[in-house]
Amino acid sequence: MEPTTNTKDRIVWHLACSVEDIPEDGGGCALIEGKQIAIFNFARRGEWYATDNECPHRQQMAIGRGMIGSQGEEPKVACPFHKKTFSLKNGQCLNDDDYKINTFPVIIKENQVYIGL
Amino acid sequence: MKANTNTHIVVIGNGMVGYKFCEKLLARKKNDQEFTLTVFGEEPRVAYDRVHLSEYFAGKTADDLTMASVDWYAENGIRLFLSDPVVDIDREEKLVRSHHGHVVHYDYLVMATGSGAFVPSIPGVEKDGVFVYRTIEDLELIQAYAKKAKRGAVLGGGLLGLEAAKALLDLGLEEAHVVEFASRLMPRQIDDAGSKILQSQLESLGLNIHLAKSTQEIVGGDFIKGMQFADNSFLDVDMLVISAGIRPRDELAKIAGLDTHPRGGIVVDNGLRTSDPYIFAIGECALAHHMIYGLIAPGYEMADVVAGALTGTEKEFLPYDMSTKLKLIGTDVASFGDPFIEEPACKTIRYENKAKGIYKRINVSPDGKELLGGILVGDAEQYNMLLQTCKNKTILPPDSEDLILGSRGGEDAGAGVMSLPDDALICSCEAVTKGMLCHEIGENGHTTIDALKKCCKAGTGCGGCIPMVKDIIQGVMKQNGQYVRNVVCEHFDHSRQELLDLVKMNGLRTYGEVLNEFGHGDGCEVCKPVVASLLASLWNENVLTKDRAPIQDSNDRYLANIQKGGTYSVVPRIPGGEITPDKLIVIGQVAKKYGLYTKITGGQRIDLFGAHVNDLPLIWEELIDAGFESGHAYGKALRTVKSCVGSTWCRFGVQDSVSFAIEVEERYKGIRAPHKFKSAVSGCIRECAEAQSKDFGIIATEKGWNLYVCGNGGSKPQHAQLIASDVDKETCIKLIDRFLMFYIKTADPLTRTATWLNKMEGGISYLKAVVVDDLLGLAAEFENEMQSLINNYKCEWKEVVDSPELRKRYNHFVNVPDKDPTVAFEDLRTQKRAKEWV
Repeated sequence: MEPTTNTKDRIVWHLACSVEDIPEDGGGCALIEGKQIAIFNFARRGEWYATDNECPHRQQMAIGRGMIGSQGEEPKVACPFHKKTFSLKNGQCLNDDDYKINTFPVIIKENQVYIGL
Repeated sequence: MKANTNTHIVVIGNGMVGYKFCEKLLARKKNDQEFTLTVFGEEPRVAYDRVHLSEYFAGKTADDLTMASVDWYAENGIRLFLSDPVVDIDREEKLVRSHHGHVVHYDYLVMATGSGAFVPSIPGVEKDGVFVYRTIEDLELIQAYAKKAKRGAVLGGGLLGLEAAKALLDLGLEEAHVVEFASRLMPRQIDDAGSKILQSQLESLGLNIHLAKSTQEIVGGDFIKGMQFADNSFLDVDMLVISAGIRPRDELAKIAGLDTHPRGGIVVDNGLRTSDPYIFAIGECALAHHMIYGLIAPGYEMADVVAGALTGTEKEFLPYDMSTKLKLIGTDVASFGDPFIEEPACKTIRYENKAKGIYKRINVSPDGKELLGGILVGDAEQYNMLLQTCKNKTILPPDSEDLILGSRGGEDAGAGVMSLPDDALICSCEAVTKGMLCHEIGENGHTTIDALKKCCKAGTGCGGCIPMVKDIIQGVMKQNGQYVRNVVCEHFDHSRQELLDLVKMNGLRTYGEVLNEFGHGDGCEVCKPVVASLLASLWNENVLTKDRAPIQDSNDRYLANIQKGGTYSVVPRIPGGEITPDKLIVIGQVAKKYGLYTKITGGQRIDLFGAHVNDLPLIWEELIDAGFESGHAYGKALRTVKSCVGSTWCRFGVQDSVSFAIEVEERYKGIRAPHKFKSAVSGCIRECAEAQSKDFGIIATEKGWNLYVCGNGGSKPQHAQLIASDVDKETCIKLIDRFLMFYIKTADPLTRTATWLNKMEGGISYLKAVVVDDLLGLAAEFENEMQSLINNYKCEWKEVVDSPELRKRYNHFVNVPDKDPTVAFEDLRTQKRAKEWV
C-alpha cells in the first residue's frame, strides 16, 4: 500500500468497499460523498490506487472499467473509450499532455478499503 | 534584434500560424528573457486545425481540431482576446486598439491575420444559400442549411473546393456538383492527364464535375435556385459553396499605412519585416518573394523565422518548396518540385493506369541525372522518396522509371530512406530533418512514433511523413545491429505468433502465468487483450473466469459493446438472419422493458442500445429463456453469417443458402481470432448475401459451393478471392476450418484476414496451397484444433447469468446498487440516443 498525492491539509477517510469487491489486477468504481471514485487493486505489485472515475477526454465515467498495467516502472490505467492512459501515481495522462485526473490515497484496514478525500 | 527585459509582443490573429508563432517563441525563450505576449483573435474559438477542417463533417468536433486549449495560453502567461479583432494600429505610439476597445502597447507586432475566402463579384452571390468554406462557423451554417437542400454545388475545383464537395455528399445532399473555371481540376497542382484520372475517381464517388465553366449569374429570388453559365447552360442547385481561392487579410495593414500589394498581401522582406521594422507579417497575409504561401508548412517556417528574430537568432525566410501531398476523398494527389516543366527543358516519364485510377509523371533533367518534379494521382506512396530525391538533387539510377514503377529488384524498403543525407527534411510541418530523427532514435532511444512526436514533434502536423519516420526507425535500429522484431509491446519480446506457440507448448491458461513465464513488468492495455485473445483461441475457456476478466478489452470484459455515455449494446445471435415471430416479440418486449433503442444491424440481426451495466445480466436472462445466445458482437470473434433466402423461396436460388449459413454460424460461433471475422452464404450467382465482401464467403453453384476468402468491407474494402469451386458442404467446412486456424495462429494482433493475406509472402497462391493442397502438412492438425475449440463452446452470457460470482461484477458501483447517475439520453424519432459528448 502506498498513499499517493496528499496535498490537502486534512484527509478524511471514507470506507469504500471490501477488498474482494475489486478484482485482482483490475478496478471498480465506488460512490463516495456523491463522487465517483475508481479504485484499483494492483495485486501484482501489492498496491492499491484510487483516481477520478471520469476520463477528462470525453467526460465518460469509465476509468474504473479500464485495464491497468505499467509503462516502464509507472503504474497506469487505460480508459476503455479511447485508450488515454493515466499514471496511477499522479494522474498525469501519459499519451496526451493536455489531460490529468485526480488521484486519492488508499488504505486497507481489516480487509476494508478506505479512500482519503 | 533581441527582446530583452519586458518586451511586449502583440500577435494579431489566432489561426494556425499565429498559434505556432506563440509556441515557437515560448520554446525559444531563454531564462534571462522576459516578454509579455498578447494575442488578438477575430474568431470566437482558439486556434484550430484548418487543414483538417473537412473532418468536422466526418465526426470530429471543434475540440478535436483545437491546436491548444485556452488553458494552454493562460498557463504560458499569454493574454488572449477572442472575438476581438484589432481595428487600428498607432505606429507612432506603438499601440493597437481592438474592436472591444482594448488598447495595448507593443514593442513588436506580429500580423498573422491569415486570409479570407475570395468571393468573385458574380451577380447574386448575396443570396441565401450561398456560403464560403473557411471557418468552423461557415461549416456550421452549411450544415444547418444542407438539411433542407437537395442539390449543392461548389464553385472552384481546387483542393478546398473538392473537399467542400465531398462534405456536401457527406451531409446527405442528393447531388453534389463541382464547377471549375479552368479546364482541369486542381490546376495549380496537377496537369490535364492527372486531372482526368482524378475526375473519373471523383465521378465514381458521385460527384458531378463541370470544367471550363464561367459563372455569369446566381439565379433565384431571396434564395439561390441555380447557376447561369456563360455558355448558356444552367445548373439547377439550391445551395452553393464558394471556394474560388483566398484573399490575404491585409485591410488592417492598409489602414496602418504599411506597404501592401495591389493584388493583396502585406509586403515583407526576407526577414518577414513589413515596411515598419517593428511589425512582422507571417502566414497567408504576408507576401514574401512576390507570392502568398497558402500552405501550412511555409506558414510554420515563417513563424519560426520571426520567433528566432525576436529571441536573437536571425535567419531568412527562403523561397519555400510548395510540394504537396493530400488524400482527396480517398484518392492520393501529390505534386512536387516543378510539376509542369515541359520538354525540351526536361524528359518526362508518364505512367497511367485508367483501370486502377493511377497517374504518375516525373520530370527528369535532360541528362537523366536529376529529378525536377512530378505529379502523382491515385497512388502517392512514393511521394516522400521522390520529394527527397528531388530536393536533395540525388543522382538518379540509370532506369529512372523505377522511381515510379517501384524497384523491381527486391531491394529492402527501408534502405531507400537511409540513403538520404542527414539534412533531408522529413517532417516539413515541424522542420525535422533525417539527421535529427536518427539522433533521437539512435542516441536518445526514442524508437516509437509516439516518443518521436513528443520529443521533436515530427509527424504532429499533417502526418504525411509518418510512414517515412517508421522506415527511419527501422533503418536506424537495423544499422545499430538491433534486430527489429515485431513484438507485442514493452512487456513481451515476442510476436503474437511466437507467444501463441509458447503458450500452447507450455499449456498456460492465465495471463499471470504467461506474463511470469515469458514477459516482464506489469502488462498493459496492449498485451493484455492480445494474450486474452490467444488464450481464447487456444483453449476456448470462458473469458471472464480465472484471472481473465481484467485482461479483456472493455467490450469482452462486459460481454457487450460500450457506447457513448458508458451504456452498452446487446446483440443476441440470430444465425443466418433467420428468426421466428415469437423470438422477434421477445426482443421487442425486452427492449421495451429496459428502455433500449433498437436497430437492425448490417449483419442481419438486431442491436439493442442503451443498457445500463447493471441491467445486462437481467436482459440476457430473459433473452436466454427465449432461446437466444450471445452474438459475440463485442468480441474479436465470428460475428454473423449473412444469408440470402436461397432455393427455399427464391425462384433463382440453386441451393439452400439459409440452412448452410445457419450450419456455418452454429459451427464457428464463439471462436476468437486476432480480429473480428464475418461470413455470408449466397444461394446463387446473383450474390445477394454479398459473400465476396466477407472474411470467408460461400456462393452456391449448380454443382455445389464456391469458397472465397479474405474479403472485407469497412474503411478499406477488398474483395474476397476464390480458393475452391464446386465443392460439397463437407469439403467446404474442412477448408474453412483450416483457413481459420491458419489465420488464428499466424496473424498479428488486430489484423483482419484481408490485411493478413496482403502481408503474406506468396499471397493467395500460397494461402491456397496451405489450405487446399495441404502444402505444410498441417491440414489434419488445423481441423482437429478447430474441432476441439468447437467442442468447448458455451454461451458466455449464460455462464454469467448462472454464476453469482460473475454476476456481481455487473454493477456500476461496488458499494451501492445504483446505476450510473451521469448516464443521459436524448429523444430520437420516438426512441432515444446517447447524449452527445462534450
